[in-house]
Amino acid sequence: MTAAALSALWSYWRRNPIQLFTLVAGLALATALWSGVQALNAQARASYDAAAAVLGEGRFDQLVPRVGETIPQETWLALRRAGWQAGPVLEGSLRAGQSRVRLVGIDPLTAPGSAGPVTQAGEAPLQAFLSDDVIFAHPEIAEALAATLPQTVVEDPGLAPGTALTDIGVAQRVLDRPGELSRLILEETQPRGRPPLDRVAPGLVERPSQQTSDIGQLTDSFHLNLTAFGLLSFAVGIFIVHGAIGLAFEQRRAMLRTLRTLGLPLRRLMVLMGLELAAIALVAGTIGVALGYVLAASLLPDVAATLEGLYGAQVSGALRLHPAWWLSGLGIALLGTALAASGAFWRIARMPVLASGGARAWAVAAGRRRGVQAAAALLLMLAAPALLAVGEGLILGFASLACLLIGAALLLPSLLDLALAAGERLARGVRPAWFWADTRQQLPGLSLALMALLLAMAANVGVSTMVSSFRLTFEGFLDQRLTAELYASTDGSAQAAALQDLAAARGAKVLPILSIESRLADRQVEIRGLRVGPSYTETWAFLARDGDVWDRVAAGEAVIVNEQLARRADLWPGDRLTLAPDHRLPIAGVVGDYGNPNGQVVTGEDLFRDLFPEVRATRFGLRSDDPEQLRQALVGDAGLDPGQIVDQSSLKSFSMGVFERTFTVTAALNVLTLAVAGFAILMSLLTLAGMRVPQLAPAWALGLTRGELGRLELMRAGVLAALTLVAALPLGLALAWMLLAVINVEAFGWRLPMFLFPDDYARLGALALAAAVAAAVWPALRLARTPPSALLKVFANEA
Amino acid sequence: MRLEILPLLVLLAVPLPAAGQGFAGMGTEAQGFAMPKPDPSFTFPADHGAHPDYRIEWWYLTANLEGPDGTPYGLQWTLFRSALAPGEAEGWESPQIWFAHAAVTTPKAHYSAERFARGGIGQAGVIADPFAAWIDDWRMAGESLDNLALRASGESFAYTMELRAEGPLVFHGEGGYSVKSAQGQASYYYSQPFYRIAGALTLPEGEVEVSGSAWLDREWSSQPLAENQTGWDWFSLTFDGGAKLMAFQLRQTDGGTFESGTWIAPDGATRALGDDALAATPLATTEVAGRAVPTRWRLEVPDRHLDVTVEAINPAAWMDTSVPYWEGPVRVRGSHEGRGYLEMTGYE
Repeated sequence: MTAAALSALWSYWRRNPIQLFTLVAGLALATALWSGVQALNAQARASYDAAAAVLGEGRFDQLVPRVGETIPQETWLALRRAGWQAGPVLEGSLRAGQSRVRLVGIDPLTAPGSAGPVTQAGEAPLQAFLSDDVIFAHPEIAEALAATLPQTVVEDPGLAPGTALTDIGVAQRVLDRPGELSRLILEETQPRGRPPLDRVAPGLVERPSQQTSDIGQLTDSFHLNLTAFGLLSFAVGIFIVHGAIGLAFEQRRAMLRTLRTLGLPLRRLMVLMGLELAAIALVAGTIGVALGYVLAASLLPDVAATLEGLYGAQVSGALRLHPAWWLSGLGIALLGTALAASGAFWRIARMPVLASGGARAWAVAAGRRRGVQAAAALLLMLAAPALLAVGEGLILGFASLACLLIGAALLLPSLLDLALAAGERLARGVRPAWFWADTRQQLPGLSLALMALLLAMAANVGVSTMVSSFRLTFEGFLDQRLTAELYASTDGSAQAAALQDLAAARGAKVLPILSIESRLADRQVEIRGLRVGPSYTETWAFLARDGDVWDRVAAGEAVIVNEQLARRADLWPGDRLTLAPDHRLPIAGVVGDYGNPNGQVVTGEDLFRDLFPEVRATRFGLRSDDPEQLRQALVGDAGLDPGQIVDQSSLKSFSMGVFERTFTVTAALNVLTLAVAGFAILMSLLTLAGMRVPQLAPAWALGLTRGELGRLELMRAGVLAALTLVAALPLGLALAWMLLAVINVEAFGWRLPMFLFPDDYARLGALALAAAVAAAVWPALRLARTPPSALLKVFANEA
Repeated sequence: MRLEILPLLVLLAVPLPAAGQGFAGMGTEAQGFAMPKPDPSFTFPADHGAHPDYRIEWWYLTANLEGPDGTPYGLQWTLFRSALAPGEAEGWESPQIWFAHAAVTTPKAHYSAERFARGGIGQAGVIADPFAAWIDDWRMAGESLDNLALRASGESFAYTMELRAEGPLVFHGEGGYSVKSAQGQASYYYSQPFYRIAGALTLPEGEVEVSGSAWLDREWSSQPLAENQTGWDWFSLTFDGGAKLMAFQLRQTDGGTFESGTWIAPDGATRALGDDALAATPLATTEVAGRAVPTRWRLEVPDRHLDVTVEAINPAAWMDTSVPYWEGPVRVRGSHEGRGYLEMTGYE
């Protein structure tokens, strides 16, 4: 009996290969997008962990210079002699062939605890470290490094990508920085009675191990973004699967009824169907995981570029995956199938043995469910703003987004039904009336595909609005901020003085870049001192201001904060900020500071020099009418290396390049989501086509040709897609608003103004419409070529 | 491999240890290093300084102290030098590695700490004149070896002490050439066992003023242990009459031992004790850090009519350092009464 039942169940898929293909493909696509995104996230996280392990950043507090990037070795020794248990780190970058290598030097004897992986066990790393001039390097750069340096280079996959680790003595020689250190890593336990830091090393500041600008936390928002996209794609895929399974179950009602009446117990029937679905899910999951791997591998270079450009986080370009990842991919396929099939199973479990089967019954039932669905949709759409009102946070923001999107998707069938009913009322003549009524009739079978189209289209509108708004704002911001024609960095006060003299002699205006790291309002912030002048007063746009900002800042009576700090510490114009024990100044303005993850406070130059007399500017902006001549003079007369000078336009194009790569991944996922929606429409139409012959046969018998029927099919797909697009536009704009005003603020600390791009929407709409019509072409052609005998058979059956 | 176990390898002086290479790798070959030779002639104060051509060297101070209420305390301050290659160089290229142990033992508790440093950069070192031995903030220094200020600190203890020598230097073995095995392994070894010491201990329960006697050992060599020697038991005892005894036994893989010692009269006159002139027998063991360590001993020197029981003041005086060992103050009872220090290494 079991074998017979199995063979009966399987025969259905043999007779309906398109449905089987839909099921497998939908599931595989959902699994692929989900597991691809997970692979990207896992790869990036592994890279951060490796980096944090090398540098001890995750676990240990550090001492960093208040000014500049160098700590004299003597300062470290003075700290050691005073009892401070700190290990020195020297970091620098060097070119090896085509790649940029970050060389990290440590002293293994004083490095705290497990500050870094050195090499695989079995070798003698300490000997190598201390006396053999060995550099351990990530495999991707090892060869290039070996070709550049005389030292022995040993591959170590445990290191972060782009990173090489060596003894501090070797690092000082290779980087040509004798007696210099970058920072000190503090041991977790320190001895009793050591003197305070400012007495031994006043030039250093303690940086706690866990802080807000930590790479992991910063990049979390990016990964959450990716995860949200992965989930969205998964949801769209599961819509398809749900549709396919639901249809298959309904069409098999007659067979199930027969099997039951032949004596197959309900429990065994359910188990058999469960096993059948599980087998399909495993096959589809395997395909999906493989596709996911391809997807992740092809997107990884862009993700790596984004993370490096936006956060300075290095991510390996070679995909390495843990076996657990493959298993979790299969797991998600099974879980998705279970989710999609639960409703169908529930109905079979309660199905009366003698209930009638057939597609029409399914459609009618779908119509009955529509009311419940619409109510749920309204509830979800109400929950979206309610969630935002309740609290803050990225997770809540995404939850609210999810409510909005799912609510809108659930509401779509009811809205379309209303629109089609209106069309029906307005229709004149028999044929249009039949067209509208028949379209309405088909709605239940197509609604899942249309919901997928709605989500994909809204996501495209929303995300493209966000990216384009961001791009406009960012370009404007760069124009505001990059006012100097040249930017030069000097290697010390002598060169800085030469630069200033030379610039003054040539009538160029010098804008010193004064900056110090500090902790204000319990946050790591950068304090900058500006020489207030037209370069700033005429260009900076304030998001909020109080009085004449620049006069007050120039007089040292007020400060400006960036939006990130204002939002995180809730500091706005009028509030006061303590810069130093006796300097508690009001905030005069808040400026946008896009692309910078950290808080910033801006003071006038005089106040800055009073507060931090030890800071000397080493970087300068230079305003000149003839920047090219000034550049040549700086290189020729002031002794600057050409690499120390960068001009405005290359700085701008570099920044924009970073920006564009940031959203490459988003755009790629967007296109994929749309493609999945198109596929859903194609599959739904193909499935429906077979069932619709009995409904079309009377229309044919009444005089409509098969060609006309096919054209009407195409038109129907176009009308439904167009109606869906009309609904998708406001949904996409709502999504864009939430991304700009909620998600961005939570993730990055800045809110962006929203711009509208009607041309883009029109192009997108045309594309989506074309995709829907294209998806309908094949089913329509099939219909147009249905042999008259097949249509005649309908009546034969009735007779 | 992660860096946390690297300090261990410093002591093991690579390659990785294998059975039969002695405690802490000290039984390994001494390629390129200078070797101790019989009939040494020392030059002071220069020889109080470092000897970078030899593989290992130490400045090893232990003290028996007493608080105002008569509570006995023990104190240790040790600076080790271990060379990856003979000789010295400026900067990070120096092949010299320094490490140090400090400890305070009370009848109830034992506190210890450890420091590591590279040679050549000034983080640690020893200068002979005026004498200074230091690593980080730990320091033993003074005008000469006879007048020293001493300090060290750990996570839960600290101390500052003043030391004054009240007797001469004492040379072990044959004029400071101390043989360590039947095969002839040897080291240069002398002591200053006549320090009066006073100062303050900072303990978790507060500060304690203490005073007592201290013993400084100076030893350097390139391969002090034979390959079949696995560890040692070392005694430095001060008896009530003013006489002192240094005695050690090196344990062999075959179960045998090699003994040696020095009897020191109250005026500093010495008499070397050979392999069969003394016997040390464990009487009781204590389970410390998962190992059975003998914390009560019978020590016999028939020639001196000495037959005493040596018992740890705190049996849990375990040095939980990269290379762990037992080191703590002891009480002496029997034919002679007194106190001293016991060090035991190589107990697995």
